[in-house]
Amino acid sequence: MQTTKVTCVICPVGCTIEVDHEKIDGKETVIDVRNNKCPRGFKYASAEVINPERVLTSTVRLKNGAVPRLSVKSERPVPKTSLFDCMKEIRKASVSSPVKMGDIIIENVAGTGVNIVATHNG
Amino acid sequence: MIINADVAVIGGGPAGLAAAIECRKNGIENILVIERDRQLGGILNQCIHPGFGLHVFGEELTGPEYAQRYINMLAETDIKTMTDTMVLSLSSDRVIRAVNAQTGVAEIHAGAVILAMGCRERTRGMLRIPGTRPAGIYTAGTAQRLVNIEGLMPGKNTVILGSGDIGLIMARRMTLEGSKVKGVYEIMPKSGGLKRNIVQCLNDFGIPLHLSKTAIEIHGKERVEGVTVASVDENLSPIKGTEEYVECDTLLLSVGLIPENELSRGAGIAIDPKTKGPVCEKGFETSVPGIFACGNVYKVYDLVDNVTKDSVLAGRSAAEYLKSRSF
Amino acid sequence: MNSQKYDFAVVGAGVSGAWIAYELSKYTAKTCLIEKENDVAMGATKANSAIIHAGYDPVPGTLMAKLNVRGNELVRELHEKMDIPFRQIGSLVIALSEDDEAKIRELYERGLKNGVKGLKILTKEETLALEPNLSDEVRGALLAETAGVCSSFEMSVAPAEVAENNGVDLIRNFKVENVSYEDGYTILVSSDGKTVAARTVINAAGVHADEIAALFGDDSFTMTPRRGEYSILDNSCKDLVRHVIFQPPVKYGKGILVSQTVDGNIIVGPTAENIDDKEDKSTTTEGQKTAFDGARRSVPSVSERDVITSFSGIRPIGGKGDFIIGFSDANKALFNVAGIESPGLTAAPAIGEYVIEKLIESGHKFVKKDDFDNTRIVVRFKDLSDEEKNRKIAENPLYGRVICRCETVTEGEIVDSIRRGAGARDMDGVKRRVRAGMGRCQGGFCGPRVMEILSRELDIPMSEVTKFGGGSRMTEKETL
Repeated sequence: MQTTKVTCVICPVGCTIEVDHEKIDGKETVIDVRNNKCPRGFKYASAEVINPERVLTSTVRLKNGAVPRLSVKSERPVPKTSLFDCMKEIRKASVSSPVKMGDIIIENVAGTGVNIVATHNG
Repeated sequence: MIINADVAVIGGGPAGLAAAIECRKNGIENILVIERDRQLGGILNQCIHPGFGLHVFGEELTGPEYAQRYINMLAETDIKTMTDTMVLSLSSDRVIRAVNAQTGVAEIHAGAVILAMGCRERTRGMLRIPGTRPAGIYTAGTAQRLVNIEGLMPGKNTVILGSGDIGLIMARRMTLEGSKVKGVYEIMPKSGGLKRNIVQCLNDFGIPLHLSKTAIEIHGKERVEGVTVASVDENLSPIKGTEEYVECDTLLLSVGLIPENELSRGAGIAIDPKTKGPVCEKGFETSVPGIFACGNVYKVYDLVDNVTKDSVLAGRSAAEYLKSRSF
Repeated sequence: MNSQKYDFAVVGAGVSGAWIAYELSKYTAKTCLIEKENDVAMGATKANSAIIHAGYDPVPGTLMAKLNVRGNELVRELHEKMDIPFRQIGSLVIALSEDDEAKIRELYERGLKNGVKGLKILTKEETLALEPNLSDEVRGALLAETAGVCSSFEMSVAPAEVAENNGVDLIRNFKVENVSYEDGYTILVSSDGKTVAARTVINAAGVHADEIAALFGDDSFTMTPRRGEYSILDNSCKDLVRHVIFQPPVKYGKGILVSQTVDGNIIVGPTAENIDDKEDKSTTTEGQKTAFDGARRSVPSVSERDVITSFSGIRPIGGKGDFIIGFSDANKALFNVAGIESPGLTAAPAIGEYVIEKLIESGHKFVKKDDFDNTRIVVRFKDLSDEEKNRKIAENPLYGRVICRCETVTEGEIVDSIRRGAGARDMDGVKRRVRAGMGRCQGGFCGPRVMEILSRELDIPMSEVTKFGGGSRMTEKETL
């Protein structure tokens, strides 16, 4: 069994969470999670050991908008390893005003199964 | 032109919007929000990263989402807004002079005023870093605006001076957009930023954080070509022999924020020399009766959720002040 | 070679070159003003104390003395018409020792010989009554009422603009690197192969004047760059002093001064350091310390804590002890205007007059234009009454949009600064003309907006907007 210390990034408190994990049947499995102050921390720390994920935020070109860029985010966290693949697609994207917060800008970004959505009206 | 308002809010960022909405909830009818930018939301609009709203909304939002929620709430009320409008002066008897392209210079006579002008960043001049004066030196917030609002990259090789949260967040943002971030240099022995930002903005991308190190000279004639960094002793003085040249074309400064109180001073409001914000009694009333302050103009906050909470209280106090005077 | 032909090519659009071009633009002679940078006033003119000296300092009988006193008169006469920011706040040379007292009496005598009006020796009490924040050590002072402060930049952009409006061609980004001769013309060749032909070349190249002269076979003088470092304090300190406060002159110039600037900030400096690199405008920790230590001798409460920005300037020292103005002995196609060190800024308008005088003496025939107009009106929104502001906004709504919040500068003013004669082409050009980005936040907020306006007005992509021309681009292309 292995113990990994994870600094939680879910909220600004930044708990240092201890995760015990072990490879069972060739699959990394969480045994125990300690020192988390909330269930979100539990979830984050477990995922961080098995398959770290991040919410990705960026911008896309906005045509005819009040400003040249529209802010966007991944609707759910995407695997950390796919961040730069996602950025490649986001950089190519372009939308026209009007756009509403929550509108899907890119479906299934970089094959992650996660959509990129607008985070502001534009 | 003269405009009358029960409450005039100077600044349409998170503080001003929350205070204005709270005034409305407390029965104040004629409310005016004055915003210098073209859109409401203030600096949140360029803070495209997540990390906002856990305390206020119970969910994690990005800056623009947090702003948009308040903009939407405001749109459901009859609160009036003037955007692209600059306040030129504020007097102690709550007369605001503001200018925009449509109405020219207007005088706004307000029953109560809520200051919510936010803060500005410390600059290179204030740090007095010696060296040349090339292009490519930006405060982290200006760089954030360029990248996130204008879609322009400041440069390809970046050094970040100061480990405030905006600096850390820009380290990640610049990296994601393809700039090589050479390192973050912090003069203090400890980072000024949140732990989560060090993890997900620096560690995630292998960006080194150098503590007790600072920039002592800027090089380059036209564009930045590099900076000399050095370790500092316990008095924060550079230690001879530790100098190191770091090649870069961009230097971002994230070395602190200062409440923006030029208007407050003009109205004769007492300023706390330590926080650089107005000295406030409970309820966020300044030393001038009927003028309230909230958000980063009052003191520099870490979290927008706390700005909102305090701004709600300031809005409530302003409403109470008006009610107590009308009887 | 098919070059544009001129009667006069003035090389260098600093304060001297600009006033020479201004004087030439009164006549039908065809003139161009050539500048190696992207804007006027990029050398010594850009970074100095911006003092209009009274004229008690130069040795009587020198060209410096004559042109200083005449220049001071001309500035006071022309500044309103040409809209050059100038305030006649007077100067004090303070005495902190018995030695100093003798020195200020000597300066007083010199001043009288040079024809300076409004000079007076003050007692300690009179001095402190005028300037309560001076050191207690002060023993008296020389008051010069005709001295003042100006915008050194406007002192060159105004004449350059008037010159361009009256037919002078301003040619930017033209670094003279070679000369040849053809049919009575001198062909000036730029570093990137452009050419301009002129009958007479007027060398006003500042710290590079010796290099220009050398191209003509004239090695009669060399220029030594002398760096001076300055700091500007926040305008909350503006009442620290009300006059220009000098200490008695030292070997390397007029010593460290503390003064109001024309905009109501406080300026401290300069240091004086001879250096090797003519373009080395860096600031140093030691220099800043020297400046403040020196300044505190006059005004003990001056503090580094109030600094909003520091800069350094290069003064062109000719080594002859006087201005070098006249036809070159080595080459009659060349007219030198060199060694224009302090009080060069003050003297510049008089240098323009003097150059014409010398050209006439040597047989040049000038014909006056009837339509020369030196009226210049610059809208400074901040200084207008509300009524005037509203009138301006009604004429052009861009005056109602404040871009720089620290200095209250509107989009209208920024657009004007780009469209005027000798207009801005880059961020620093806008900043120096209208002060956008000059205030507390140093362009943090307005920078991106000014970039947008430059991009729109000059019809260039945002990524081609520069800080000061050349390779000083502000950003990369759109997000990488």
